[in-house]
Amino acid sequence: MNVPAAIRVSDLRHQYGDRLALAGLSLTVDTGEIFGVLGPNGGGKTTLFRVLSTLIAPQQGEVSLFDLSLPAETAAVRAAIGVVFQSPSLDPQLTVMENLSFQAALYGLPRSVYQPRADLLLATLGLSDRRGEFTRTLSGGLRRRVELAKGMIHQPRLLLMDEPSTGLDPGARNDLWQYLGQLRDEMGVTIFLTTHLLEEAEKADRIAIINEGVLVALDRPETLRAELGGDSITLETKNPEDLAARIHSQFDVAPSVLDGLVRLELADGHSWVPRLMESFAADVTSIRLGRPTLEDVFIARTGHCFWNGDGNDSDVSAGKTKSKRRGSHG
Amino acid sequence: MAEAITVNQVNSRPLAAAGALTWREIIRFFRQRNRVIAALGTPLLLWGLFGTGLHRAFSVGGQRFMEYYVPGTVQLILLFTAIFTTISIIEDRREGFLQSVLVAPIPRWSMVLGKLMGGSLIATVQALIFVVLALTLGIRFSPLIGLAIVGWLFVSALGMTGLGFFLAWRMNSVQGFHAIMNLLLLPMWLLSGGFFPIPAFDAQSGFGELIMHWLMRLNPTTYMVAGLRRLLGGSLDASTGAMDSAGSPIWEPSLAVCTVVVVVFAAVMFVVSCRISRRTTAGDLL
Repeated sequence: MNVPAAIRVSDLRHQYGDRLALAGLSLTVDTGEIFGVLGPNGGGKTTLFRVLSTLIAPQQGEVSLFDLSLPAETAAVRAAIGVVFQSPSLDPQLTVMENLSFQAALYGLPRSVYQPRADLLLATLGLSDRRGEFTRTLSGGLRRRVELAKGMIHQPRLLLMDEPSTGLDPGARNDLWQYLGQLRDEMGVTIFLTTHLLEEAEKADRIAIINEGVLVALDRPETLRAELGGDSITLETKNPEDLAARIHSQFDVAPSVLDGLVRLELADGHSWVPRLMESFAADVTSIRLGRPTLEDVFIARTGHCFWNGDGNDSDVSAGKTKSKRRGSHG
Repeated sequence: MAEAITVNQVNSRPLAAAGALTWREIIRFFRQRNRVIAALGTPLLLWGLFGTGLHRAFSVGGQRFMEYYVPGTVQLILLFTAIFTTISIIEDRREGFLQSVLVAPIPRWSMVLGKLMGGSLIATVQALIFVVLALTLGIRFSPLIGLAIVGWLFVSALGMTGLGFFLAWRMNSVQGFHAIMNLLLLPMWLLSGGFFPIPAFDAQSGFGELIMHWLMRLNPTTYMVAGLRRLLGGSLDASTGAMDSAGSPIWEPSLAVCTVVVVVFAAVMFVVSCRISRRTTAGDLL
């Protein structure tokens, strides 16, 4: 292959004190793709991001970006990547344009180079009329766009983004993805982003699912979903263990109990819904039929729910770091 | 490979980056008006109050306290700038701004240089404003000495901002910094010979004086103050026969010694700041 991988990580381990954040992670990101890293908070994706963005040096294992290895060739790596952090990195006391020209100075760009680029970036991101405004006066969504312009001012070949949708409303989120697609298609930029949002991960070309510091899945989102096959049925009930046992004995299928819900993976889900309801209508509070989602992939690979932290969690997810429950199941 | 990477025209230009950081420090300073007022106003106020209030109680080597206190006030201005540098590092980190500097393709010394230059230039200008005010007291110096004073203020400021940078780097909150200010920076200033003269140490001196003498003698800011005092023509050297209010001789280092100490201090603070800035601190991992 002539084109080197944008990112190559092999057997990366990282520890904060006693806590193991990454436990032998390996993955490869090809050039020109939008690569998402999906995982619950505390699963290790931020640590991976920090290593790739050169904020922390890899403790163990090998990491290279465009065949430049870290930490040996940190300076060259830094020149090749653009980084958009989750927390804001703009200077609130400076205007939009001042923030950009400062960033350009950090990357050694003369005004003749960065000025036209900044104009174009601001125009593309709909910020042209904001260039003279102090970034502290901008809304969260606009500030994110300035962050993006800042990350792109030196035209990096790889853009690293940590939770880019944080604080964006759905409209702004769509705009962001449209722009990312544009960067990939028109400029061949490789995009690596982390997210804890399942619906966002769906939009990436390929995703890696990371949990407790290890890779649990890596493929195109649709491939991962297709692997599960069939449909998933989720039943809500007062006594899930009991219901699961009864379903098992009556229909000879293998339901699982997770976070107080009874789940079934079946090829023809729609035909099962009336059958289940006829037999157990009295016990079932709600029944839901769905195509497999990335959450189902996560559950199938890890054996526990993506979001946990409910009071009535089953033992599977007990003892894990509590993360806020954001969406409904599925 | 190498070709592909230079396509985006990224060149490491550490000095240009340092220049941009310096420029940013200066812009930020003037946009935060309360900083301008605090850094210049407080020392001025203290100078006026102490100078007037201690006028009768205190006379050193025939100088009025207001006159004696000029180098000390300048030192206080430099100290406040060091304090603001400290705070601005903590702010940069908390605002998240520092993250993007840390992952930029520039060496750490470039970042440190930019930060220290910015702080030092601001301090120098403020201190100069005060020195010009001091002309009203009848202090006179030649243009050449004037230039030397500018240089002196700048190098002293570099040392002080370097000290601030070094102290601030590992700090995550402004609260932690208050302890440093009260336990280290303010005592350093009080023991600089700017507020009261350094007792000479001889056979008649008591134990307390011995301790005081050495505390002040080992304090690098003492040399900043003494050097400036000499440049301003107000030396209290034993050879001038100057005595403190108790009639005891005053210790004062020579200009040569002061110069060496002040330059070395600035250089050492720059080096230790560069070294400490290579370490990742918990605050960078937001």
